[in-house]
This record gives sequence, C-alpha cells and structure tokens, in this order.
Amino acid sequence: MKELKNLTISEIHNSLIKKEFSAIELTKALFDEIEEKDKKILAFLTLTETMAFSQAKRIDDLILQKKEIPFLAGIPMSVKDNILVKDIKCTAASKILENYIAPYDATVVKKLKENGAIILGKTNLDEFAMGSSTENSGFFTTRNPYDLTRVAGGSSGGSAASVAAGISIYSLGSDTGGSIRLPASFCGVVGLKPTYGSVSRFGLIAFASSLDQIGPLTKNVKDAEIVFEAIKGRDEMDSTSIRIPKPSLFKFEIKNTKIGLVKEYFEKGLDSEAEKVIKKAIKKYEDLGAKIENISLPHTEYALATYYIIAPAEASANLARYDAIRYSQVKGEEIKPKDLLDYYLKKRAAGFGDEVKRRIMLGTYTLSAGYYDAYYLRAQKVRTKIKNDFEKAFKKVDLILAPVSPSVAFKIGEKIKDPLSMYLTDTYNVSTNLAGLPALTIPCGKAHNLPTSFQIIAKPFEENKLFELGKIFEES
Amino acid sequence: MISKKEVQHIAKLARLGFSKEEIKKFQGELSSILEYIKKLKEVDIEKVRPTSHSVSLFNVARDDEVKKQRPEDVNVLIESAPKIKNRHIKVKSIL
Repeated sequence: MKELKNLTISEIHNSLIKKEFSAIELTKALFDEIEEKDKKILAFLTLTETMAFSQAKRIDDLILQKKEIPFLAGIPMSVKDNILVKDIKCTAASKILENYIAPYDATVVKKLKENGAIILGKTNLDEFAMGSSTENSGFFTTRNPYDLTRVAGGSSGGSAASVAAGISIYSLGSDTGGSIRLPASFCGVVGLKPTYGSVSRFGLIAFASSLDQIGPLTKNVKDAEIVFEAIKGRDEMDSTSIRIPKPSLFKFEIKNTKIGLVKEYFEKGLDSEAEKVIKKAIKKYEDLGAKIENISLPHTEYALATYYIIAPAEASANLARYDAIRYSQVKGEEIKPKDLLDYYLKKRAAGFGDEVKRRIMLGTYTLSAGYYDAYYLRAQKVRTKIKNDFEKAFKKVDLILAPVSPSVAFKIGEKIKDPLSMYLTDTYNVSTNLAGLPALTIPCGKAHNLPTSFQIIAKPFEENKLFELGKIFEES
Repeated sequence: MISKKEVQHIAKLARLGFSKEEIKKFQGELSSILEYIKKLKEVDIEKVRPTSHSVSLFNVARDDEVKKQRPEDVNVLIESAPKIKNRHIKVKSIL
C-alpha cells in the first residue's frame, strides 16, 4: 500500500477495483493509524469501528461480485460531531449533548452511506461550532499535526487535523464564518464552503441558520469536487436548500480568466511571510495567463461586526431548545432545582461552555426589546451592502482570490482569553458567509514552517470554476 | 459599558444562571464586543433593504400531512429524554 497519509479518493477507488487491497484492510490500517496518532492529535471524539467494518465488508462483497461501485465506496472518512449519524453519539462538543444519540442520519450522511462511505468516527470541534481553534470544545483541544503545541484551527479542527494526519481520507465539516476554511488552512488541506443552499443542512446541529453550510475537507481539489457532487442538491427536509441550476457546459481556460484581489484584504493585518507565499500563488496564475485585477469591497471593515450580530442572534434562538429535558442528561446531579425556571437556569449554565454562553448572551441582547433596530436590523442592512459589494466586484472579475487567515496556526492558549482577538482570526472569511458565496481554500506553501493557504471565491453556484482554478494551481 | 443589572436581565431571558463573578466577567466581555460592533453606526443604511437570507427564496411550503412514523422511531425520540414516565417526558412542576 502506498503511504496511507497521501492516499486520495481516486487512488483508493482504483486500488479497490484492482483488488490491490480490500476495504477491510484499508479500514483496519486507518484504525491502526488512529490508535497510534490520535493520542497526540486528539481529532476524534467518537470512533465507530463496528459500523465502519460492516460498511467495509459490504463494499468488499460488492467488489468480489464484480459489481460496479460508486467513487466514494470503500473510502474511510470522518464526520464533524455536529452532523448526525444514526445511532451514534452526536455531542456538538457540548456537555449539554454529552449523551445524545442521533435518532436519524443527516441528509449528507445518508447520501454518503448510499455511496458506500466508511465512517470511521466523529471529529472534535469548538462547542456548537463556535470558535476558531477547537479550544472551545467541551472535551479537549485538537492539536495541529504540524506542531502539537499549536491549534488545528476551528471550528472543524478535528476534521482538518484528521485529514492532515492521514487518519481520515476526507472529512465533512461545517462553515458558518470560516469553520471549514480556517482549519483547512492551518492544517494544510483543501476545504470547500459551498454556496448557501447547495447542500442540505438537515441533520446539522444548527448554529446560525442563515450562514451554516456543510462542506468537505480533503487532500486535493479533485477529492473536494467528488465529495461535493455526492452531497449537494435540493432536499425536501431543508427548505433553504435549492435545486442547483445545471452548470452550463463550459470549458475553463485560465487564459484571460479575470482574478480579483481585494485591496482591503492586503492593506493591513496580514502576516508578511504568509503574504509572500500567497503572492507567489498569484504570480503563478498570472504566468499561466490569468488577468489579475485589483478590486475593492468597500464594506469589508464592517463584515466582522455584522457577523457578530447576526450569528449570535440566530444562535441564541437555535440554542434555546437545549433545556436538558428532551435531548440528553446533563451531569451535575448535585444541582437541586427549586422549580422549572431554576432547572433551566442551572442545567443550561452547567451544560454550556463560556463561548456559547457569551454568544447566547450577545444574541439575546441584540434581539431584546429596544435594541432590535439598532443592532439586528442594522446588521441585516449592512449585510445587504456587503452582498452588493461582491455583486459589483463580480461584474469586473470572474473569481476573487483572498487570504484565509491573518496568520498561520497560533499557539494553544494564545487567544482563548481574549474573545475579540479570536474573532479577528476569521476576518477574511465571514463576508462570504454573509453573502452566501462558495469559497475553496487551497494550501500554497509554508510560512514560519507552517501551512498557509489562499481561498478563491466565486459567484453563487459556480463551484465548478473554483475546482477548475484549484486544479490548475495543484497541477502546475 | 452595560450595567450588571442589564447582564442579569439578559441572562434571565436567555435562561442562563450565573454566579456574581460570572455576571461581572460577562459584563466586561459583552461590553467590549458591543463596543466593537458599534462600528456599524458609521454605515449609511438609508433606503437599504435588510438581507435575512443570502439566496432569494419565497415561502417554501409543503403539504401539511401527517406522516406515519414507525413506533420504534418515536420511541427513540422519547427515550433520549433523561426522565420519562409511561412514554411521557417528565419535567419539574410549573405551577
């Protein structure tokens, strides 16, 4: 077997068909790796060995019978622990869901199972996907495989670290304000945040419903495309998912493709070493014939503030359902509540971590009587302006190229004490969620000896252009 | 700076029980975040329509039908509650 760490979906698919190894052998090899490596990396919250081996056996049987198998059949992968897998614990890395067993499959999981996926386990995240480092996990902090003293990024940190360490072939994450792209960048893997509405959110534990989107973390762009093709599409269980317009038959040519550079993103704040690496990538596209143009997104400096009104407001409503009555036992039997109100107050205080409480408080505040217009409504209007900025920019250029994070992976503990400094980590990411656009992060080298990436942003439903531009970068 | 009283009021609305120290901690943290998001006051939003959703959708509806569920699926939902009695979820008394 070629070194496990570098195996991609296409390679495994071919090897399985040629019977170079079986799905069971591969699954066994991955669990061995997990056993060895995950003690240090801490990417997984739950392992699902029994399910994985029965899924692998089924694929091996199909191969023995010489049946045709889907591309994703027999490929071992992992799922962020805010996405439901039937009969498996789903915690969202929160104590309030510590014992919650998913009663059904998320639509994305159902689709992957139908494609023959092998689910290895559930990966760590910041509690309810709120954070940029997995330090907000109610259980433990995932380590960056490139430097165990540093964070893997977040909130899909377990997913990114597991792919980077070679203990998942690919992983599913979710992105509300950078939660796929940031950890992908910190761990040097490919991450796709699809267009809002292109992938069903049914079975994703809701954080901010107008921003959340599920997407893949993979080893290369081709793999991201394969997984996206398998999970996308309208789902009657998610009224915000839409029938994706059939992409026009297009032949992508890098020559004369207009790539926009957002001047506000390169003005200040970006680490100079990381900037150098990204500039090299831009030069590469230019040498291949792309036209690089400077563009402006004038409301960039307001994006983070807008996000930190809208996301917590939606979160405070979404998280109201965790009452410690319906989903899971919340530990702390010493808590003796007087009445129902007291029960809510105590159990919710015991079940949620600090960052989640902070966002519930913030959201409750901005939605409360007398403040709605000043905060929430105003933020929704600024959101319109941010969206309009992109629409204007896309009249000038085909795609936008941007950094993913101001710096490379930071040290564990460096930002956790100061919420605002942590929020700033996603300064280049939140705008795309507010505007609902697809974005793909692509590793482009190292700065300070750690992975660094750029992201490409496209018009809604133009993921195909992201994949083409991404593949050109990888291949040349 | 928001007042301690406001923090207490919000905490009650949000159904979060805080100790005195926590109220103080959140008072500081929320104040600095609110200070930061005040930035939005600089933006001219005259005649701008709010965006609640990035993709334009209009009244997505389906038929209001009761779908038969298998009893075992219903049981799974009920059994995930920490306290049950005869297929009912037990809660603290309200009155």
